[in-house]
Amino acid sequence: MNRFEWTDAATVKEAVAQLNGRAVVKAGGVDLLDRLKEGLEAPERLVNIRNIRGLDRIEENRNGLSIGPLVTLTRLSEDRLLLERYRALALAAGRAATPQIRNMATVGGNLLQRPRCWYFRQEEFHCGRKGGERCFALDGENQYHAIFDNQLCAIVHPSALAVPLMALGARVVLTSSKGTREVELERFFLTPEQNILRENVIAPDELITEVKVPPSQPSTRSFYIKQGEKESFDWPVADVAVVLQTKGNVCQKASIVLGAAAPVPWRAKSAENSLAGKIVNEQSAREAARLCMEGATPLAQNAYKLPVFEAIVRRAILKTVSS
Amino acid sequence: MALQQSREQKKPNAAEAKTADTSIPEAARNPPNDAPNKKSEPTRKVVLPAGILGTSNMNSVEREIPVDEPPPLAVNSELAAIGKREPRLDGRLKVTGKARYTADVRLPGMLFAQVVTSRHPHARIRSIDTSQAERAPGVRAVYVLDRVLGNAELRDKSKELPAKYPIVRFAGQPIAAVAASTQAEADDAARLFKVEYEPLPFVVEEDEARKKGAPLVFPGAADQGETAGGGGGPQGVPQEGNVRGPVKGGPRGRPAGDINKGFSEAEVTIEGEFRTQVQTHSALETHGVVADWKEDGLTVYASTQGTSSVRDEFAAIFKLKKSQVRVITEFMGGGFGAKFGAGNVGMIAAQLSKKAGAPVRLMLNRKDEHLSVGNRPSSIQRLKVGAKRDGTLTAIHLFSYGTAGTGTGAGAGGPAQNMYKCANILTEEADVFTHAGPAAAFRAPGHPQGCFALEQVIDELAERVGLDPLALRDKIDESPARREERRVGAERIGWSRRRRAGSDTGPVKRGLGVAQSIWYRFVNLDSSCEVRITQDGSVEILSGVQDIGGGIRTVLAQVVAEELGLKASDVTVRIGDTSFPAGPASGGSVTTGSITPAARNAAFKVKQQFLEQVATALNTKPDNLLLRGGQVAVYSIHSSWSDGDSEGKTFRSKPRQILSFRQAAAKLKTEQIAARASRSDDYGGFAFKGGPDFGMGIGTYGGVQFAEVAVDTETGIIKVERVVAVHDCGRPMNPMTVESQINGGVLQGISYALYEDRILDRNTGLMVNPNLEQYKIVGSRETPKIEAILIEEYMGRSSTDAGGIGEPSTIPTAAAVANAVYNAVGVRMREMPMTPARVLAALQSTTGKGGARKA
Repeated sequence: MNRFEWTDAATVKEAVAQLNGRAVVKAGGVDLLDRLKEGLEAPERLVNIRNIRGLDRIEENRNGLSIGPLVTLTRLSEDRLLLERYRALALAAGRAATPQIRNMATVGGNLLQRPRCWYFRQEEFHCGRKGGERCFALDGENQYHAIFDNQLCAIVHPSALAVPLMALGARVVLTSSKGTREVELERFFLTPEQNILRENVIAPDELITEVKVPPSQPSTRSFYIKQGEKESFDWPVADVAVVLQTKGNVCQKASIVLGAAAPVPWRAKSAENSLAGKIVNEQSAREAARLCMEGATPLAQNAYKLPVFEAIVRRAILKTVSS
Repeated sequence: MALQQSREQKKPNAAEAKTADTSIPEAARNPPNDAPNKKSEPTRKVVLPAGILGTSNMNSVEREIPVDEPPPLAVNSELAAIGKREPRLDGRLKVTGKARYTADVRLPGMLFAQVVTSRHPHARIRSIDTSQAERAPGVRAVYVLDRVLGNAELRDKSKELPAKYPIVRFAGQPIAAVAASTQAEADDAARLFKVEYEPLPFVVEEDEARKKGAPLVFPGAADQGETAGGGGGPQGVPQEGNVRGPVKGGPRGRPAGDINKGFSEAEVTIEGEFRTQVQTHSALETHGVVADWKEDGLTVYASTQGTSSVRDEFAAIFKLKKSQVRVITEFMGGGFGAKFGAGNVGMIAAQLSKKAGAPVRLMLNRKDEHLSVGNRPSSIQRLKVGAKRDGTLTAIHLFSYGTAGTGTGAGAGGPAQNMYKCANILTEEADVFTHAGPAAAFRAPGHPQGCFALEQVIDELAERVGLDPLALRDKIDESPARREERRVGAERIGWSRRRRAGSDTGPVKRGLGVAQSIWYRFVNLDSSCEVRITQDGSVEILSGVQDIGGGIRTVLAQVVAEELGLKASDVTVRIGDTSFPAGPASGGSVTTGSITPAARNAAFKVKQQFLEQVATALNTKPDNLLLRGGQVAVYSIHSSWSDGDSEGKTFRSKPRQILSFRQAAAKLKTEQIAARASRSDDYGGFAFKGGPDFGMGIGTYGGVQFAEVAVDTETGIIKVERVVAVHDCGRPMNPMTVESQINGGVLQGISYALYEDRILDRNTGLMVNPNLEQYKIVGSRETPKIEAILIEEYMGRSSTDAGGIGEPSTIPTAAAVANAVYNAVGVRMREMPMTPARVLAALQSTTGKGGARKA
């Protein structure tokens, strides 16, 4: 690990003043420490934002839900308001990682963590995402890799929270010394074709200062399912968030986002369209689940993910209305 | 450079039962009538409990034993300390973090080391430039390896061009090392070594490595010295390309009968190919030592399963007298078979300590731990079993190959050779060299993988001949212990609930399965203890034996307490130090069966001295004294006549005086009395004696495990919900610690069955999951309800009649899970780990929905 300077920022202003491109932000430090230890990054400075006041709030107002970037996954998973009105988000937060990690990991860090691809994570593999020439997964060991958009780089996006947040139509507020901007989560993430070196549009001098979720309607119902090989301490082989606007048992509008499917949280548009206007039942759920996998391009070892996705999407849709 | 290895290391290799020299002899399977003790030493006849407690099989046996052995021990229910549920004496130290493991050792002036390893799976090293590393801040010594321990070695060295540095044969092979004032400085300096490689072609997949023209791991035949705990393979086996063997074997070393005849007599044959993965030991504490080289000798704190075997290897490497090497293992964070010798880790640390003139700590990081210090070999087994329509076996034929990387010993034939009664048995086991880290003994070498195949085939046979799997085993399994275990286990799990395979209609299907274990009664006779009593009434036991987690520290205290009428907590246990009387290496499940008789013998001897001296002081006879409940009761007559505890006996007299143990000890003539004793040969002899200090007891250990699983046929997820594990281990010395070992065995077995997999990148030969995140290990949410049930089996073989449990407890778990999965879904899982990908592929291949995909 390289030597670096350490700044304890007391305010957002102090923090962003340090973000000069050679500094990195440290919140929970969960993913950052891994990257430093593996030698994937060698920043000159760590800017600790953990002590900035006011960045750890969960509030609901007329404009919807406001979540501070320092809110921990544990708090999200236990928040009563979320469990009642934004259930998919609370479920996703509660199923990620381990209890110990959830106590440390933050919303901002979860959205910005780097991919867990085992080639990306090892110093020995100079892969495309690290400026190298090739994706080692394409003809290598790819059982946990992407089944969509996987021609250039087959990572799956690692964020558990991004899946329900995108389904809920969230936006992130980015702050730099020059000001703030808001970006829809759907435009926040970058595909390998857009930029193979980065997973999102945040600039080196920006900090996530808020995550905004549109107001939940009385007719909004949501659910999230993560399917890992193990339940404890494992990444998903497939996860899905379903958000439905319903009238009775008829779906008016559906939002379905898949995790562990593609280099970005993967919106299943044709499945969403197929559910709209239909009664939510076994048949419509099965059809939507099938459509979710349309156009998938599985690699040599990960075609098993397709039936897993179909199963959990169908179950999540049905759970959305049944529980 | 074949290192001369200690006897301790070689002995457990007999566990593998793979060649004529090391296999299970006839006598072990079919115990003969006890031969009279042939020793010239004086003997006496005693009657000992024998048989399975609570069954009609329970009886007693008369044996002739050396005259100085203690009197026979009654069954557990009649004892005060042995056989009781005694919580670990060191439990509090462990859970409060006060127990000092090797990783916790800090010596004055201690340096920290880091290893430089190869990034190439196969290469010649052209040059190594250490100059930059040597100049780095804090660096005190660098060391370039001139030899690498653990790999197999060419029989004929001239087959390979001479090389300045050891040829790299796997990614992760150690090349050099550095010691510095802090770990961070050592880590930084390790990056500054300039190593110039000439990369060579490599192969990491066993199927590829078998092909003609595959890159060769060794350009000629190679052998690996037998490694401790049953690792390594037989020597001098014919080799072609990367394929070594096959070695032919059977129940008596050589094949039994004629399998062709056996198959021609068969009315039913079952055949299948089974594949098991490479599993790494992944002990919580990685390999590591603190080596302190001084002019007058070397002191090593080691995370090891064998203090003596580590000492012996250090003495050999550095040409020291054994008395100049002291090895200390106070607490140990897991080994599972991979931690016996000094190894590269120890050699590196001691070399650096010698150069730097300061103690050096080297604890491997998790990545190196996965890559370079051992694993369970893979296996690809073709198993064919012939039987009559009534289930009687007529032939067993196993052909297997597997890779132990750059090592040997991938055989999986033990269960097929030894579990069931069959006149015609042939096993053929081949090793395939690959450019991957060498295997090491791993908790029952060959047996979990062998059971995965054998027990599934037996399950299939039961279905084919229309017998319940338990009824078939009652017919073909001669072990009385396993018969009882099947009965007890079936009742506990509710076996009668078991339905036909694939009976559930919903997406989640439940099933019950069973599989059996076999293991051997190895004894390490180089097992000694000393017991001391001091005038203040304190009692100590000392032995070099190490507690690797099984709980021997507590059990030794129980043994001494039983003999002296004390509580286990009254006894101070000092173990894990070669300056104490030599203890056995903990491999082959030998520890308890080997060391507890020595402990009892020593306690008995010191008790005799104690009684003699106290009696003299009290002006009475030793026989009139009774040690019980922390007191010394003084009778007017022989104390055994006064023992009113047993039913039917009445007091002849009351003690005329009662002293506390401490008061009595104060009457000793000297400050301290002590006695030392060793393990004697098994009463009635051994089935097989493999050297002056290694014996194989008559008979085997069993074990029967039942698993209940739920299989989600849509996601492919297998959830093990419940395991009932019924085991025998001779006399259970401490049921609580035995059950703990069974819990661990079951968990490790589930982890092997469903999750663990060392994945090597086929294109670069590097391991892609060298961590504990992507190398998946069973976790809290995957832990089923585990019910461990012990059978008390008395054998009348030693002064404690104790046996082992470490290995037998993990052997059948994966097979039981696989059989339960079959019962749930009606599809056989022939490949491990049983991941969602494989489960879905297996389900698809039978429903014809699509091609099976090998993941």
